[in-house]
Amino acid sequence: MIDLSTHYLGLKLKNPLVPSASPLSKKLDDAKRLEDAGASALVMYSLFEEALRSEEAMLDRFLLDQSIGHAESAGFMPSPQDYRSSLDHYLEQIHALKSSLEIPVIASLNGVSLSGWVELGAELQQAGADALELNVYYVAGNIEQTGDEVEQRYLDLLKVLRTKVSLPIVMKLAPQFSSLPNFVLKLEEAGAQGVALFNRFFQPDINLEDLSIIDQLKLSNSSDSLLVMRWLAILHGRTRLTLAATGGVHTTDDALKMLLAGADVVHMASALLQHGSSRLTEILKGIEAWLEAREYESVSQLKGSLSQQHQKDPSVFARESYIRVLDSFSPPGGVWR
Amino acid sequence: MSKPDMITVDGNEAAASVAYLCNEVIAIYPITPASSMGELADEWAAGGQKNIWGAVPTVIEMQSEAGAAGTVHGALQGGALSTTFTASQGLLLMIPNMYKIAGELTPTVFHIAARAIATHALSIFGDHSDVMAARSTGFAMLASNNPQEAQDMALIAQAASLRGRLPVLHFFDGFRTSHEVAKITALDRETVRAMLDDALIAEHRARSLSPEHPVLRGSSQNPDVFFQSRERANTYYNEFPAHVQAEMDRFAQLTGRQYRLFDYGGAVDADRVVVIMGSGGDTVEETVAHLNTHGEKTGVIKVRLFRPLDTQALLAALPKTVKSIAVLDRCKEPGADGEPMYKDVLAALARAYGAGKLAAMPKVMGGRYGLASKEFTPGMVKAVFDAMKTDMLKQQFTLGITDDLTHLSLPWDASFRTDASRKNNAAIFYGLGSDGTVSANKNSIKIIGEATDLHAQGYFVYDSKKAGAVTVSHLRFGPDPIRSAYLIGNDEAAFVACHQQFFLERYDMLDHAAESGVFLLNTQAPTDKAWETLPRRMQQQIINKKLSFYVIDAYQVAEQAGMGRRINTVMQTCFFAISGVLPREQAIASIKQAVEKTYGRKGRRLVELNFKAIDATLENLHQVQVPAAPTSTWEKPPAVRDGAPEFVRRFTAELIAGRGDAVPVSLMPVDGTFPLGTAAWEKRNLALEIPVWESDICTQCGKCVYVCPHTAIRSRLFTEEAAANAPATFKHVVTRSKEFGGAHISYQVAPEDCTGCGICVEACPIHDKSNVSRKALNMSPQTPLREAERDNFSFFLSLPEYDREKVKHTTIPGSMLLDPLFEFSGACSGCGETPYIRLATQLFGDRMLVANATGCSSIYGGNLPTTPYTTNSEGRGPAWNNSLFEDNAEFGLGLRLAADQLMCYAKELVKTLANEIGSDLADQLLNIPQSSEPEIRTQRHRVAALLDKLKSISKPEARSLEAVAEYLIRRSVWIIGGDGWAYDIGYGGLDHVLAQPHDVNLLVLDTEVYSNTGGQTSKATPLGAVAKFSAGGKPARKKDLGKLAMDYEHVYVAHVAFGAKDVHTLRVFHEAESYPGPSLIIAYSPCIAHGVDLSNNLRQQDLAVKSGHWQLFRYDPREREAGKNPLRLDSPEPSIPFKEFASTETRFTMLARSHPEEAANFIKSAEAAARLRYAEYKELSELPLPGEDKPETRHD
Repeated sequence: MIDLSTHYLGLKLKNPLVPSASPLSKKLDDAKRLEDAGASALVMYSLFEEALRSEEAMLDRFLLDQSIGHAESAGFMPSPQDYRSSLDHYLEQIHALKSSLEIPVIASLNGVSLSGWVELGAELQQAGADALELNVYYVAGNIEQTGDEVEQRYLDLLKVLRTKVSLPIVMKLAPQFSSLPNFVLKLEEAGAQGVALFNRFFQPDINLEDLSIIDQLKLSNSSDSLLVMRWLAILHGRTRLTLAATGGVHTTDDALKMLLAGADVVHMASALLQHGSSRLTEILKGIEAWLEAREYESVSQLKGSLSQQHQKDPSVFARESYIRVLDSFSPPGGVWR
Repeated sequence: MSKPDMITVDGNEAAASVAYLCNEVIAIYPITPASSMGELADEWAAGGQKNIWGAVPTVIEMQSEAGAAGTVHGALQGGALSTTFTASQGLLLMIPNMYKIAGELTPTVFHIAARAIATHALSIFGDHSDVMAARSTGFAMLASNNPQEAQDMALIAQAASLRGRLPVLHFFDGFRTSHEVAKITALDRETVRAMLDDALIAEHRARSLSPEHPVLRGSSQNPDVFFQSRERANTYYNEFPAHVQAEMDRFAQLTGRQYRLFDYGGAVDADRVVVIMGSGGDTVEETVAHLNTHGEKTGVIKVRLFRPLDTQALLAALPKTVKSIAVLDRCKEPGADGEPMYKDVLAALARAYGAGKLAAMPKVMGGRYGLASKEFTPGMVKAVFDAMKTDMLKQQFTLGITDDLTHLSLPWDASFRTDASRKNNAAIFYGLGSDGTVSANKNSIKIIGEATDLHAQGYFVYDSKKAGAVTVSHLRFGPDPIRSAYLIGNDEAAFVACHQQFFLERYDMLDHAAESGVFLLNTQAPTDKAWETLPRRMQQQIINKKLSFYVIDAYQVAEQAGMGRRINTVMQTCFFAISGVLPREQAIASIKQAVEKTYGRKGRRLVELNFKAIDATLENLHQVQVPAAPTSTWEKPPAVRDGAPEFVRRFTAELIAGRGDAVPVSLMPVDGTFPLGTAAWEKRNLALEIPVWESDICTQCGKCVYVCPHTAIRSRLFTEEAAANAPATFKHVVTRSKEFGGAHISYQVAPEDCTGCGICVEACPIHDKSNVSRKALNMSPQTPLREAERDNFSFFLSLPEYDREKVKHTTIPGSMLLDPLFEFSGACSGCGETPYIRLATQLFGDRMLVANATGCSSIYGGNLPTTPYTTNSEGRGPAWNNSLFEDNAEFGLGLRLAADQLMCYAKELVKTLANEIGSDLADQLLNIPQSSEPEIRTQRHRVAALLDKLKSISKPEARSLEAVAEYLIRRSVWIIGGDGWAYDIGYGGLDHVLAQPHDVNLLVLDTEVYSNTGGQTSKATPLGAVAKFSAGGKPARKKDLGKLAMDYEHVYVAHVAFGAKDVHTLRVFHEAESYPGPSLIIAYSPCIAHGVDLSNNLRQQDLAVKSGHWQLFRYDPREREAGKNPLRLDSPEPSIPFKEFASTETRFTMLARSHPEEAANFIKSAEAAARLRYAEYKELSELPLPGEDKPETRHD
């Protein structure tokens, strides 16, 4: 019997497969199916700062204080009697998931500002979450802002959250940091228990008809995971933070590579949305079979065994590999000659 | 005695709370000022609140008040306890059923917020015209004078009705009492329970219709017995006053509050007594107390039970010493020699005197006061008592107005104050509807009411505009119950607050300030500059009245706290800090508590932001040192500019300036007739930003003009020479259209009329090629542009309209060159209705007759002081009238029939006089068609020639023809109204008019909800949308009015949404108008009631069409005659999910937050309904006509 268990954020998980933030945690049935399929923990859908803000604005303008100064109508909507905000729903959902699932539930906060929303972490803790994921989905587009300042925003948010909760916190990071290992060290100092690599920025597109900008959602694919793999390999063993791989894990092979590079857990979302919960079972079985075939005893044995520090030639995860790759490319026949 | 529980509520809530507890079936229909009673009942029921028997009453909205009364009648006959709430026209519609209910001796209470009845004009305000019109129905009538009594009498009425079997009309003054917020002692459920006798309820049920013990009721009777039957009920009427008094006595035992059928107040040996009913009774009582402490002997009889009239009780209430009596009626019965209550009192006295029961006949005078909420003050009461001292009493006198025509009015001393009113602390606040001033003040009253032993009263005055509505809050608080049922007068307010700096240019608000009072100004000027921002007169008032002057930049405080432009809590904090009603710390703690109560868990961060603003307020509140003399060099500008017509200067300007109360009788039009074009003189400067035209990149498509809800951006063609003397900043370029031979075009904004909604910029399709964010129109701050653009707009208007015959009316750029005859309405910023009306006036305005149903469109169309309807350069334009809410289609049909009949008559006369007129002209007048504008124009020339000819014809027929010659010019009849009218209350009439062949154009401005009365559900409300009376989401799908109309086959029917497909709308208007039978245009109109910012107006229309929520189609019977399928579906198959549309509007999203599962099901059903409706239309549009082999589908 192979020991598939892993430690992540101080939690002992029965295996390394953890569905990441997605709509699948919105329905208890879906969540239950994921658990039954073998998920070892569940990251909930994100509670978005902007969604809360726009809801507040809507509440303020159209429901709570409707007065508009018309003699014939003090307002236009019936006053909401059982209105529950999306935060209320989120808290209820934590509670409901905790009541019906055995596995740990990780709540997810998503936002960028220091205007008071991180404080909500305390309520997520009270509602029963086992850990918190803080997703600072920040597009650093301000020309006045230095890289340090961008990093500082993450650290400030983390510090505020740290004062509000005693739960383990995992920081979900964007791939664009000048010196990721150093930044991860700072996060560790600021009180994080883990990092999840990487947040995928959804890329806007242009509509050539009316020249408008289109927001769109594109699911990941396996090739997205290689970026994650490299940085896991670099970080493994160099930080006490537990590591989550997120983005592009679609197959057993993808998952194994993440673990080999150093992930403590492997997140999945796109693959589950596309193929259902059975994909998780398949990958879990696949991992087990792969380990069995190679006579591994446990996932712990496997984790980080191919990380940079275990390489004879550490340059494989660094610049040198780039030169090798460039030189190896030859165009298909007939294209250039 | 029950433990007193003080609550702060308005009169409507006070009455509705009791009605809800005592009833099982509540049938309602919205009407101002009674709507909130029904809304509260609906909300309580939706929230599962129970009546005293432990059941949740059924609350049902009907299609009209007539329907509500019918349902109540049925519910009563079915054995339930049933009630309704209404006012004014609503009560009139209930009258037929009220006769039935009373004739059948059925216990029920109707609660009425008494309101004026529309005569020469509609008025939403309070008087007794409605209840007096119902006084012969057989209902008992019981009056309340204030919110406390509205609650108490509601219960007494219910108990007495059950006891004596007479239905009761319980009424209180609309707005004055229905909307007065006051601290009252609440009734608990036990008291309500104790007042209602189970045995009597059982008897009521036993009398109901039941197959277990069947009876027949509602027979038809012949001359032999009908009369006797009517007399059979006499004993019930004879006994009823005693039942009411008995219930009043029982109520007193339970609560300690004793009422009598006629409550006397004043000196026991009074020589002069006023008899009055309603809120005015409190004012008289307050005045009587004052006069008596100053040596006079006066008294007041407050009439509670007006029907059945207990003359014995009335006479018994009068002191024996009375020498003269004045009876004040809050209504007018034209042609009568006195109003109803006056005559009742007079008859009672005369009978008693005749029977020897009175030693001497007192002198009796009767007068009218308070029509449509006209102020009724202690000064006026004193004028009555003074007049009673004279030997010759004035009869049918009036109070509160200056009648310089028939000289009936009594002059009064406006500065007269009672001791009681001096004891109160009075405060007055000028705010915008949107800045939260009213809600903050309601809050303050609650705080004062709950945190202190003080009594508090709040009354709120609104203007009649929807965009930029101004509110004036009148607050009183003091140690005793406040009975001052009138506004805070001049020199009375210890605290005057101005929440908007620009009001300094508009209102003489310091007239209200009492000596040594406080003036608080929200201003962006620094403290040391604030004094300079005041007009000179105001400075002088501050000095003369020794006012303390405080300033705060509330916008900055709010902004810095992250609250945007919401300044209400900041200003509220200032009020408490300065006024000292409560200790500061306690006041601030109370404000914070109130904020927490409002936002609660739902808006935790809003609570924090408010706290931040409250905490930052005091350090930003500064007192200004007042100099010894005024320094300002400017005065408040006149209400209208120079150059206004005489009527506008003498009349309209006075109303705009807030001096309408002083307009004398003689200045009023005799029959409610007003000139057009007055809105143009009311410059409101509401926009913070206005559009700026970039002539270099503009393609002159006209879309901005097309979508503008306030007609504040215009386009015009003119010759280059015409622009020679244009102001330097006036922009104009050569038009891109080749056919105008190098003419110039300008797109010009009306800077002081624009409301800043930004829809024009949204509609602008042109982007700068190198910078997509720069469009051909861009919003820019108004203030720096105001002066120059004002001159430019004025110059623009001086240019003549381009030859209408050379402009293409069927294209957007062409049609938008046509002069609009509907401009600068008071509609909401971004209104979805007004562009349709404006478009109609551009195309057909010079020949339009408009029948307008009551609703938003009649308010922004015809509420004084001004009207947006205007005339063209020839003085022609839409002639407009609002008959009622329920009869608009019929009213419009009448206009059509008159036009057709008189055209026929004129034609007959033309034929008769053909020889004299000349056969050519006669032939042309009679036979040349008038289907297009040029043809109509030519006919006008012919009619002018005819009139010219007639001058020289001496036959009497010539005189007759002169009077009707204009009817030879074809008229375009437009019947305009909202969905409340078309789908609900007016549907019967609309359906009948559609069934006729006559040429009328019905324009339904479909906001899918009753907009004007505040967002109640109509049958146009879509499935799953939350609206008042559908708090749990509307369960039924939207009525398909278009399909119902198509069923007649001879009706032109179209669904339009100008923001989704502008050309389609334009085309429909042309087709509908040219169709010689009835045409029905159902126009999708985004509304603030949808819970979406109206800057998104166009987007919402687009989403509505794309999601299949709204189909675009035309059904043209002329196509059938041409052998084609008359239905043409003009919108493509739904391309986005319904959910995507729904997610943008609060009316759909709020349900997802309260009832997620129901909401999800609704969305699913609505999605299916949208697809199904599309499929149905598609199928219909593809049906082969009989004899046709293959289906023909056509799309443009």
